[in-house]
Amino acid sequence: MVDLKVKIGNLEFKNPVMAASGTCGFAEELADFYDVSELGAIFLKGTTLRNRAGNDYPRMAETPSGMLNAVGLQNKGADYFIETIYPRIKDIDTHLIVNVNGSTIDEYIELTEKINELGKIPAIELNISCPNVKEGGMAFGISCPSAEAVVREVRKVYDKTLIVKLSPNVTDIAEIARAVEGQGADSVSLVNTFLGMAIDSEKRTPLLSTITGGLSGPAIKPIALRMVWQVARAVKIPVIGIGGIMNTQDAIEFMLAGATAIQVGTAIFKDPFTPLKIIQGIQEYLNRHGFDSVSGIIINKLQM
Amino acid sequence: MKKAVNDFLVIENRALNATNYLIRLLSPEPLPAIYPGQFVNVGINDSSEVFLRRPFSIFEVDYENNTLGLVVKILGKGSKKLSEAATGSSISLIYPLGKGFSQPARADKILLIGGGSGVAPILFLAKTANTPAENVNILIGAKSAGDHIGIEDYRQYGATHFTTEDGSLGVKGFVTQHPLFAEEITGFDKIYACGPDPMMRAVAKMAQEKGIFCEVSLENLMACGFGVCLCCIEPTVKGNLCVCTDGPVFNINSLKW
Repeated sequence: MVDLKVKIGNLEFKNPVMAASGTCGFAEELADFYDVSELGAIFLKGTTLRNRAGNDYPRMAETPSGMLNAVGLQNKGADYFIETIYPRIKDIDTHLIVNVNGSTIDEYIELTEKINELGKIPAIELNISCPNVKEGGMAFGISCPSAEAVVREVRKVYDKTLIVKLSPNVTDIAEIARAVEGQGADSVSLVNTFLGMAIDSEKRTPLLSTITGGLSGPAIKPIALRMVWQVARAVKIPVIGIGGIMNTQDAIEFMLAGATAIQVGTAIFKDPFTPLKIIQGIQEYLNRHGFDSVSGIIINKLQM
Repeated sequence: MKKAVNDFLVIENRALNATNYLIRLLSPEPLPAIYPGQFVNVGINDSSEVFLRRPFSIFEVDYENNTLGLVVKILGKGSKKLSEAATGSSISLIYPLGKGFSQPARADKILLIGGGSGVAPILFLAKTANTPAENVNILIGAKSAGDHIGIEDYRQYGATHFTTEDGSLGVKGFVTQHPLFAEEITGFDKIYACGPDPMMRAVAKMAQEKGIFCEVSLENLMACGFGVCLCCIEPTVKGNLCVCTDGPVFNINSLKW
């Protein structure tokens, strides 16, 4: 039996395969299919301090080997999460991580403080990369000074594991990663979606109500892989790789590029079992290549 | 577990008319209870242009033979590809998804309205409703006679009426122009409808005016089908709800139509 455990910050994860925020709801939706405690971690749907209705319909457009979304952080707010959802899911036996969003630094801080009170949430993923909100979101993640500012202030009020989710819509993602590492982030997760657009040429209208949206799926994988590789070489903190991972081979590629763990996102829409299949596939890969632990492949990154 | 992903075997694929196909699929496991209005999300392999699954209403369930039937109307690349599925090939389904129609009471006088590909769940409801046939009216609308899906005789389940836009079958016009609406609509306790958006809105408007209970089945664009992507939302009196998990069937009073 190979050892799949990985460590990020002070936290140990049972395996490196995690469900990405915005693609696994609040864990209960996936629990309709299987025992979600088998996952390495579950990154819950993006949460904001107050209720958000999200953007108007249509919010989704299929594109070659991927899709655009413009959900816009629809969620019922922190208090609803804490009072109604958290009590139902807190005993799931894997790490539940809240994806924290804000339109101002004060909102990030206030929400983080509320989540900090929850005993069964051992980490947050600070989302400074949502492309589908008018205020905040990605705006914080596309310049070093603003990324530094939000991470510095959140770090002051949060001692548990702090993961920062990065936007790929930047000139140099390694520079942003170094900036948030410098402010005390325990890990970076990347990439969020790429800003994209689709038009119906017959109707001569945009396909999304917001005109632009976030591109995900295998279409972005080679770019995400390159960015993970660049960031892994630039920082000492663990990197969580995200971007079009559909199967075991994709996951292994991200780990060879330097990711300590990976998140499965859009692939869950096509097959909710994808993360479980990848956990199984990584075990088989390790056996086939003679590694006795998953850290074996991660160490390989030094050779690249 | 409440939902499953499985490969089903295509045991029949037959053209019903120029654009509609009936596909019967054999389940590898005993089927769970499935209700009219529920749907499956179908994996269509696998060109780069058809990335996501495609949702289809369930048309029939045969528990004895463990099969599901879908009516596939060709609307784009995904449904075109699915219409070409060969007998003996396998197709991945996520099922059963969504909340179906409410069950009418035996004494209810009900009107079932189907338009275009929306006839599939309506005929499934006609077949399984515990309302006796004399209390059931089925109204089917289409562009022309050639677009009607002549699968079997539904008269055994209720009085069956047709409208066509060109008048080639039944009453000429839309379903809401049928005399059932003009003259007899207040005689119904419940109306159930599935079809193109303008048709359902027109039905809902008339039902609302007369204060008649009415459920409609929506088909907003969706990515996942099980409530995680939040793409298929419909504005309702309770805020934005997912058509895939809170619907696809909604009471018209909960919609902001």
